[in-house]
Amino acid sequence: MLDRKVTPTIEEAVHFDLQLKNCDRFTLDNKVPVYAMIAGAQDVVMVEWVFDAGNWYDKQPMVAATTNFLIKNGTTTKTAYQINDFFEFHGAYLNRSCYNETASLTLHCLSKHLETLLPVVREIIETSIFPEQELGIYIQNQKQRLSVNLQKCDFIANRLIDEYLFGINHPYGTYSNAKDYDTLNTDVIKAFYKEYYLNGCCKIFVAGKMPTGYESMLNKAFGTLPLRAEPNAVVEHPIVTASQKKVEIINDENGVQGAIRMARPFPNRHHPDFQKAHVLNTLFGGFFGSRLMSNIREDKGYTYGIHSYFQNHVHASAWMISTEAGRDVCAATIAEVIKEMEILRNEPVDREELDLVRNYMIGSLLGDLDGPFQLIGRWKNYVLNGLDENYFYKSIETIKSVTPQELQSLANTYLQPDDFYELVVI
Amino acid sequence: MIQFDRFVLDNGLRVLVHEDPSTPMAVVNVMYDVGARDEDPAQTGFAHLFEHLMFGGSINIKDYDEPLQRAGGENNAYTTNDLTNYYCQLPAQNIETAFWLESDRMLSLAFGEKSLATQRKVVCEEFKEHYINKPYGDVWHKMRSLAYTVHPYRWMTIGKELSHVENAKIDDVKNFFFKHYRPVNAILVVAGNVKLEQVKRLAEKWFGPIEMGKKYERQLPVEPLQTEARKLEVEANVPLDAFVKTWHMDARLSPGYYAADLLTEILGGGAASRLYQTLVKEKQYFSSIDCYHFGSLDAGLVAVDGKLVKGVSMDTAVKAVDEEIEKLKASKIEAKELQKVINRTESVIAFEDMSVMSRASSIALYELLGDASMMNTEFQKYQAITIDSIHDYANKIFANNNSNTLLYHAQS
Repeated sequence: MLDRKVTPTIEEAVHFDLQLKNCDRFTLDNKVPVYAMIAGAQDVVMVEWVFDAGNWYDKQPMVAATTNFLIKNGTTTKTAYQINDFFEFHGAYLNRSCYNETASLTLHCLSKHLETLLPVVREIIETSIFPEQELGIYIQNQKQRLSVNLQKCDFIANRLIDEYLFGINHPYGTYSNAKDYDTLNTDVIKAFYKEYYLNGCCKIFVAGKMPTGYESMLNKAFGTLPLRAEPNAVVEHPIVTASQKKVEIINDENGVQGAIRMARPFPNRHHPDFQKAHVLNTLFGGFFGSRLMSNIREDKGYTYGIHSYFQNHVHASAWMISTEAGRDVCAATIAEVIKEMEILRNEPVDREELDLVRNYMIGSLLGDLDGPFQLIGRWKNYVLNGLDENYFYKSIETIKSVTPQELQSLANTYLQPDDFYELVVI
Repeated sequence: MIQFDRFVLDNGLRVLVHEDPSTPMAVVNVMYDVGARDEDPAQTGFAHLFEHLMFGGSINIKDYDEPLQRAGGENNAYTTNDLTNYYCQLPAQNIETAFWLESDRMLSLAFGEKSLATQRKVVCEEFKEHYINKPYGDVWHKMRSLAYTVHPYRWMTIGKELSHVENAKIDDVKNFFFKHYRPVNAILVVAGNVKLEQVKRLAEKWFGPIEMGKKYERQLPVEPLQTEARKLEVEANVPLDAFVKTWHMDARLSPGYYAADLLTEILGGGAASRLYQTLVKEKQYFSSIDCYHFGSLDAGLVAVDGKLVKGVSMDTAVKAVDEEIEKLKASKIEAKELQKVINRTESVIAFEDMSVMSRASSIALYELLGDASMMNTEFQKYQAITIDSIHDYANKIFANNNSNTLLYHAQS
């Protein structure tokens, strides 16, 4: 007779021997490095060109983001429409993203079309022209989008909490204002493009079922461009944190929810506490079974979701708690978060709960290693943060071996409510 | 080509197995043939509330998530107007844990009052977060009730109003469960690093003893043919005027579905699509515009959805959209444009098939539609679409009397 009360035997994920598949590396004729993860069953590929062209290098607001957005909106021989139509005709996606330190162009396509598409990506990097009209349309539409976003409590909260942590003039703390868009012109965009893309520091990441001879395809298209492997000249940005710790803002009188953000500064990935704190964070608010979710969603029903996480920055990080809660229970939600911090400071986590977190983390890591795009994503993260595979193996070791005492001691160091900014936007 | 095997347990549970030894993971996907369309009009939002309750403990297991996480697994679920899908992924060695958990909650939930009370609140917060506390959050509530007069697509999966969820009682929950969550109304897909024989043994062991239940025979009111254009104007506290227009299209298994899908690509798929190029880039009447449909199983809607550039009159914008639609009706598209949208579809299918989780849910969906092997002939159906069939279909659906227009004005 089947006894449904008895849990089936499991192999604990902490006993798995996880291996990170190595990526191939080579350089183009101009020394631009290529990182490749050749794997997968589907005939699809991804190529990402990562430039050191994030808003870290902005000399005035929004130039990096605008340059990145408009880079495929016209070359010396093609209009924005022709470029888009070309990629779309081949069922390909050429996306661009601007981050703090880097900005990228990413191509997703069927393997069979790669050779046809690469020369046009080259043309974009080499001869983008940034037409006035394209900039005008972009500014108009961005301002409109901003006006809609400014009605959302979560959007306002995300901006302000970054400002408190880093300062409005720091790349991590700055945000867009309608009036800043009016300062943009094609001259500054073109200058930024020339310095940080055309003659920029570039790394290429490729993954999937790459066609035979892809190395020479890449070299032919990109190895003769004036791209650099050497990093940009160092730019420093001082962090200026806000002095007021608790802020409440009414953005919408009729709002039925409040966006709550609680955050404190935290060191970057190179700090010895980082990986252990990652385990503590998972326990605290980093997965569905976390303390915050169990208490504030699953027991109290104050919110649809509450999470804690580390913000992903290269130079410095922040430890963040984020939720949208019913307007009348915002204060109660904050009180519960503080209570959960206190419990972590005062009581060592019991073995059973910690084992669950360890198994969950390793199992989820195993899932994250599944597939070429996920793998190259992990490698990219290591490369851009100056890390290598040792970081991976050390993080597994940490998950397996960190003790309740170490976690409690970390909680005492970092989970002090007085160190956290506390923001509610309704 | 996605390979799979299929067998049916004596209690009617359909089981499909997709072996992929290249991954260390296994996926267990359970799809129930129930969605918001199966709700009582006085108790909307129930299928989705129910999805939450499925995590509140089952008859023999007090907590669903904890043992799964301990086995290194992760899970989630979603509810649509048509169906409810639960999926978990875990290291293949520990797959039996997923069978144990999923079969126990198919056997019976714990039906705890506390879980119901909490999840009612959680779902109300979800309702507020996505549909009340967001600018334009109520657009689809309004559009659905404009476009449908009798079919249950007239409400959203989250529910027509908060009170329906707030008033849910434990007896309603029990009735809903035993009506819909039976083996005979469910599809189990197991994919990843698994073997057919292993899945057969585990399925028999864990799901075999569950009582079959009664097959749910869906009898939904059929939406009558719309005979005149409908229009609704509203004013709200938003910064920009918005415009949504819909037209009724064919059901998922009709040939017309594929033509409709390609039409939405022609009009709104990407930055070189017709609406974006003409209305955002050239005329600059809209700051954003999209054309899409929801992939509904019953007859759904093709939608054009955009925000107007400040200073452009609603009238001008509406006329400009109509002009683009009229162009599609008046002249046939070029062969190259058809080729483009077919190429895009080929690519979308290839990228979707990359993840084993997505393959598992596709297998479940096509089985729900009647035959899982349809997933391997889907692309051929797109390839069969011709310039003429696109033209005929555009003329069929883009008729004025088949349209519903929502003019969403910013309060001045």
